[in-house]
Amino acid sequence: MNDNGDYIIVAEQVNKTYPNGVKALRDVSLGVKKGEVVVIVGASGSGKTTFLRTINQLETVDSGRIIVDNVEITDPKTNLTKIRADIGMVFQHFNVFPHLTVLENVMLAQTLVRKRKKEEAKQIAMEFLTKVGIEDKKEEYPTNLSGGQKQRVAIARALAMHPKIMLFDEATSALDPEMVGGILDIMKQLAKEGKTMIVVTHEMGFAREAADRIVYMDSGKIIEMGTPEEIFDHPKTDRLKQFLSQIL
Amino acid sequence: MNRKKNTLFWNLAFFAVIIGIGFFIYRASLKINYTWNWRAVPSYLVYKAQHEIDSPVNGVVEGFKDGELSVKTIKGKVIYVKVEHPILKIGAVVNAGDELGYNASYKPGPLLMGLYMTIKISVVSIVIALAIGLITGLMRISENPLLKNLSTVYIELVRGTPLLVQIFIVYFFIGTLFNMTRFIAGAFALAVFEGAYIAEIIRAGIQSIPKGQTEASLALGMNYFQIMRHIIIPQAFKRVLPALAGQFISLIKDSSLLSVISLTELTKAGREVVASTFSPFEVWFTVAALYFVVTYGLSLLDRYLERRLAGDE
Ligand SMILES: Nc1ncnc2c1ncn2[C@@H]1O[C@H](COP(=O)(O)OP(=O)(O)O)[C@@H](O)[C@H]1O
Ligand SMILES: [Mg+2]
Repeated sequence: MNDNGDYIIVAEQVNKTYPNGVKALRDVSLGVKKGEVVVIVGASGSGKTTFLRTINQLETVDSGRIIVDNVEITDPKTNLTKIRADIGMVFQHFNVFPHLTVLENVMLAQTLVRKRKKEEAKQIAMEFLTKVGIEDKKEEYPTNLSGGQKQRVAIARALAMHPKIMLFDEATSALDPEMVGGILDIMKQLAKEGKTMIVVTHEMGFAREAADRIVYMDSGKIIEMGTPEEIFDHPKTDRLKQFLSQIL
Repeated sequence: MNRKKNTLFWNLAFFAVIIGIGFFIYRASLKINYTWNWRAVPSYLVYKAQHEIDSPVNGVVEGFKDGELSVKTIKGKVIYVKVEHPILKIGAVVNAGDELGYNASYKPGPLLMGLYMTIKISVVSIVIALAIGLITGLMRISENPLLKNLSTVYIELVRGTPLLVQIFIVYFFIGTLFNMTRFIAGAFALAVFEGAYIAEIIRAGIQSIPKGQTEASLALGMNYFQIMRHIIIPQAFKRVLPALAGQFISLIKDSSLLSVISLTELTKAGREVVASTFSPFEVWFTVAALYFVVTYGLSLLDRYLERRLAGDE
C-alpha cells in the first residue's frame, strides 16, 4: 500500500518500448487528483493511447511504476481484474459487444465482475442508459445503432461499474461530425459531476472548457503541462506552439 | 421479366440433365445384364415380423371375435387369446402349445439398425470431438509453450495420418489396453480425428474476433474464462458454424470407416445385406440415400441456425 494523499493516479518515470522497437513512452510522470479532469493532447503517434492503456495495464511497462487508488498496478503481483473494474475505459472504436443487446452490454460485467444480482444490474444499467440518452434502444443489437449511439452504450457500460476513474481515448474521433457534440456533452456533464477523468482528444474546445489540466505529449514524452489558459494562451515550448498552430 | 424467363429455362435444363443422367445409368445397367430388384429393398429397412401364438390349453377353437380366439377346454371353460392372424378354423382341436396363429409387428431392418448405429456413434463422437476441439483450440492460441506445443503435436499428428490407420491403432492398441468396447473405441477414434480439425476451426474463429472485444472486456475487469465464455466463444461460434457443420457432416461420413472394426453401422450393414441378397446396386444406392438424408438434414439445420443467429449482427 502506498499513501499518495489526494492523488488517485500516480505515474512515475514510465517507459514503454513495443516489441517492434518503437519507444512509445519515455520517462512519463503524471499525478492526477481525485475529481480532476486531465486532457492529453498531442500529435498522432506521440504515445497518448499507449500511456492511457498503461493505466489499466492493457499495456505493460518496461520500467517505472503506476499507482492507481493506492494500488501499484504495474506490480506483477497485483490482481488486475479487481482494480480494472474501478477504471472505466472508453475506446475510439466503441468495442461494444455485437452479440448482446444494449441492455445486456451494460449488464454483463456488472453481474460477472461486481457480482450484482440481475435485477440490480438491470436497474443500474437503465439508470446509465437514461443518462446517456438511449434507454429506448435497450433491446436493440449494436448493429442497428449509429456510431454515436454505440459510443453511448460503451460509456454507459463503463459507468455502470461505478468506476473511480474514467479514461477516454479519442472517444469522438470515429464519429460522424453530427454525433460528436452529443458525446462531448456527456463527457462535460461527467466532468461537472466531479468524475476523475483522463481524456485523450483532438477536440480543443472541449479541452479548454472541461479540463482542469492539459498535458501535451510528443514523441512519447510529456513536453508541457498546465491549465487550459497556460497551454492554449501562453505555450512555452516551440513544439507546443507549432502543434497549436497546426491544430487551431 | 426476361430475366425470370431465363431462370425458368435454366431450371428446366437442370431437370432435363438430371433425368438424362438417370436414364443413362439405367441404360448402362441394361448393358451389363443386371436384374434390378428394388422390391427386396424396403424389407431391409423395415420388415413385418411374425411371432407365433400358441394355445395355452387343450381344447376346441370355438370362435373368433375382436381379434380374440376363444378356446373351449374339455371342462367347458372358455379361454380368450389375442391373435391377429388365426390359422385354425373354428371347430379345430388343439393341444396346449399348438400354433393358433400369429401376430405381426414392424421391426427395423438391418439397414435402419445400421443407420441408427451410425447416428448414435456420430452424436457421441461429435460431443467428444467438440470438447477436444475447444480445449485444444484454446491451447493452441495460449501463450504457455507446454499447452501450445502439446496441442500443435496432437493436431499435426492427427492430420498427418490416415483415419483408417488411427482407427486400427485406437481399436487394437488403446482399445485393448483399456479394454474398450467396439463402440467406445470407434467413437473415441472418430472424435480424436475430427477434434483436430475442429480445433483448427475454433482457433481460426477465435482469432477472427477483433482484439477490441477482449480489451473492452479486460478493461471492465473480466477474467480470461469470463471473456472466453461470454464474449469470444459466442461470437466465434457464430462465425464458424458453417465450418463446424461441414466437419460434422464429414464425421458422419467418416464413421463408415468404422465398419473395419466390425461395428455394425450403416456401411457394414450394407455389406451384410449385399452378401445375402446379391443386389449390390440397389443396396448401395439405398445406403447412399440414407447417409444423404442425415447429412442434408444437418446441412439444413445449419442454414436454419445461421439465419436465426444472423439477426443480431
Ligand atoms: N501495438 C503496437 N505495436 C507496436 N507499435 C505500436 C503499437 N501501438 C502503438 N505503437 C507505436 O507507438 C507509438 C505511440 O502510439 P500511440 O500510443 O498509439 O500514439 P497516439 O495515441 O498518441 O497516436 C507510435 O509510433 C505507434 O506506431
Ligand atoms: Mg491514439
